[in-house]
Amino acid sequence: MKYLYYPGCSLKSTGKAYEESLLTVLKRLDVAVQEIDDWNCCGATSYMAVDEVKAFALAARNLALAEEQGGEEAQVMAPCAACYLVLSKAQHNIAESPEINRRVISALREAQLNYNGHAKVRHPLDILLNDVGLEQLEHHASKPLSGMKVACYYGCQIVRPYATFDDQANPTSMDRILQAMGAEIVDWPLKTHCCGGTMTGTIEDVGLCLNFDLLHEAKKRGATVLATACPLCQFNLECYQTKIAKQHHENVSLPVAYFTQLMGLALGASEQELGLKRLFVPLKASVAA
Amino acid sequence: MSSGPGQPKIGVYICHCGINIAAKVDISAVVEFANTLPNVAVVREYKFMCSDPGQELIQQDIKELGINRVVVASCSPLMHEATFRRATAEGGLNPFYFQMANIREHVSWVTADKAAATAKAKALVAGAVRRVNYHEALERQRVPVNPDVLIVGGGIAGIQAALTLADAGKKVYLVEREPTIGGYMAKFDKTFPTLDCAACILTPKMSAVRSHRNITLWSYSEVAGIDGYVGNFTVKVKRKPRYVIEEDCVGCNQCVEACVFKEGKFSDEFNFGMSKRKPVYMPFPQATPSVVLIDPQTCLHLKTGKCKQACAAACERHAIDFTQQEQIVEVNVGAIILATGFKHFDAARMAQYGYGKYPNVYTSVEVERLVNASGPTGGEVLLKDGRKPKSVAIIHCVGSRDEHTNRYCSRVCCMYSLKLAHLIHERTEAEVFDFYIDMRTPGKGYEEFYDKLLKEGVHFIRGRAAEVTDWAMIPDEEGKLVVRAEDTLIGIVRRIPVDMVVLAVGLEPQADAEEVRRLFNISCSKEGWFLERHPKLAPVSTFTDGIFIAGACQGPKDIPDCVAQAGAAAAEALSLVDRGHVELEPNTAFIVNTQCSGCKTCIALCPFSAIGYNAEKGVAEINEALCKGCGTCVAACPSGAAQQHLFTDEQVYEEIEGVLRYV
Repeated sequence: MKYLYYPGCSLKSTGKAYEESLLTVLKRLDVAVQEIDDWNCCGATSYMAVDEVKAFALAARNLALAEEQGGEEAQVMAPCAACYLVLSKAQHNIAESPEINRRVISALREAQLNYNGHAKVRHPLDILLNDVGLEQLEHHASKPLSGMKVACYYGCQIVRPYATFDDQANPTSMDRILQAMGAEIVDWPLKTHCCGGTMTGTIEDVGLCLNFDLLHEAKKRGATVLATACPLCQFNLECYQTKIAKQHHENVSLPVAYFTQLMGLALGASEQELGLKRLFVPLKASVAA
Repeated sequence: MSSGPGQPKIGVYICHCGINIAAKVDISAVVEFANTLPNVAVVREYKFMCSDPGQELIQQDIKELGINRVVVASCSPLMHEATFRRATAEGGLNPFYFQMANIREHVSWVTADKAAATAKAKALVAGAVRRVNYHEALERQRVPVNPDVLIVGGGIAGIQAALTLADAGKKVYLVEREPTIGGYMAKFDKTFPTLDCAACILTPKMSAVRSHRNITLWSYSEVAGIDGYVGNFTVKVKRKPRYVIEEDCVGCNQCVEACVFKEGKFSDEFNFGMSKRKPVYMPFPQATPSVVLIDPQTCLHLKTGKCKQACAAACERHAIDFTQQEQIVEVNVGAIILATGFKHFDAARMAQYGYGKYPNVYTSVEVERLVNASGPTGGEVLLKDGRKPKSVAIIHCVGSRDEHTNRYCSRVCCMYSLKLAHLIHERTEAEVFDFYIDMRTPGKGYEEFYDKLLKEGVHFIRGRAAEVTDWAMIPDEEGKLVVRAEDTLIGIVRRIPVDMVVLAVGLEPQADAEEVRRLFNISCSKEGWFLERHPKLAPVSTFTDGIFIAGACQGPKDIPDCVAQAGAAAAEALSLVDRGHVELEPNTAFIVNTQCSGCKTCIALCPFSAIGYNAEKGVAEINEALCKGCGTCVAACPSGAAQQHLFTDEQVYEEIEGVLRYV
């Protein structure tokens, strides 16, 4: 079986390292993926706020393409947290509301597309934990992440409100995956607290405060790296560290890596393959620590 | 009663049920249609057929127009079949010359389109009319009722029902699965809103159960099987071995003291694991019966055979018996009351509150034990490290009013939270913060109790707590549990650091409610609470005659409501068994001898062993007293010789024909 890979805009731009490391990891684990041909914007934020049905139609077009290219039971892999949420939300609303269903399906029909609702939207955390399995992960971890103290950060969108693969209040899938890779998992209670989202660009003070809480608490609890599964979280937490330090008069310097980059290290992949050079706060030092 | 009228003359009565039916079904169109059906002599419509004038229409037509078959199109037979059968009988006809068409629950209440509803109503009327042509006069069988009553569950509801019935002179069997009766109430220290001591009001009732000559108490026992029908149930009760001869044990506890384990080592169920017990133990000081038991999972002798059996040696009455086996006893009863109670919500399911992660997050039921003088701390509210808390948060609605767990309100949590707030403050002088969504205190003296707590200085914060965390943002929060909540009265997010958190867990159906429901053949709500026959007018009856429900197995309720319901269930059971007899529906099977080939297929299939073989005539014979009308033989008979009253082939085929032909 092949997973139909839906990158969304981020994994081709700011989140390039997420794509590079994810595809490397999957390749090393013999998981076959195929990028959806002719995919479009998932319909996140702006669309959703202006016209929900149009946003659902945008999302559904991707699902329809996936069904066309991967069969009725297509498994769509959506690594970006926002894409994952929007695709799931669209699917949910199209299934629940006959009115939305009618409008979306007829819009797709105009484009000679058909969506039957069987495609399954999956997050890589779900695929790695439940399809590949911890046993396989341990087996492939030739260079365990020993000595690395990781605080796993899920953000708000992966497990709320649609994910069924993990607990909404206390998700553990990333913890378990990275533990299988040999990392030491730091107990920290801010796993699903807000990173500020786009707030860092609109009401910067508030956005910085939220990110300060996360970085400060992770460091306080001994984390040497923060692992994320969302391009926006990664961006907020990593790129604003200098500003945050200034605002709070505290050194909050901490590498913020995609969980797939850490996995890749354990699987023996090179820095190049994992896009480690793209990180502003270098990861190397923390691994050695 | 007249019987066997010749040519059918059918009266059809269409009920409006106010606007319940009339708003969706075009009544005059159905009347017009019914007039065209064969053998229909008169069709009438009326606003409420179940009213006296409605019933009189039927009686009048029987007498004056010579109507000899009656069809009423109205509500569900469950509602009014008995009413109209009675009206038919009072008009002078055999009551079984009656058939009902359900055009309310099956039509008007579930159909949006008026034309579709009218068409379906016509079809159902046609089916009933075609069917009633083939009805015949039947007699109800009268069977005597066993006057004894079985009660399942020995919490406060079961105890109350048992005592009420026993005091009325009825023999009662009370079955309790735990080693002692008392249920949840036995674990509480005080009860709201009066703050009277739970043990002081409960234990006299427990010992009254024990000593009542009309009550047989089977603790540590479960119902394993049930057979029969209203008035005549046969019940199998499984008695689990307690390895102690109940009749000989006097509860002196010498065996417990002598046990080779010098200290308690195993999780004590009665204290929710907050204390340790030995393998031989008394569940709690006032346990009823006051008899110890031995846990085979932890007893060295029962597990390994290697123990000097100090307990047995210490017992002067030789009451310890390691050879005890599970026993099945069988009793016959006329009525059954289920009072199987509830289980409390598993707080670990809401990870955001940290139960199981942070040691000082407790459930409310655990705190009930802490404040109880016979509990693990002798009545002191202490943190896990033995300190007294200086600040305590109580979080309401844990597992209630929540989309992810249970949508319903558990009804008792606001009040018991107020009670615990009072007791904790009284015992520790701690500052108490009470996080609530809405304060629900609708009971006698309840609002006044809330008012009292407001004056006692408990801080009430209106807002569902978002999380309990050890994430400290300021030095004052270090080492504390921080409760985060949106205070919806002042519109800000608050962080309250406390030493101890109490989660007010909601009530849920027992884990095995579904199996119990199946065993007793009753219905459940979608949450799993046992379903009453009617939410307002038959709150303790079930859809199975002779089986009643009381207490929290029917839905969350507090002690006064449990006791009231137990009284009601006892009265219903009493009314049934004191009547002395019941009339059974004459829906038994019979054999048409001329068609029976004597193949005996039906004999092996009958679950009630009601069919025998008449060797002389070479045919099967059905014992009507044993037949329960299940229809298995009717379906299985290869030659159509097995038939069933009220469900003969003609009746069923004609009904189908009627439903399908005209629309």
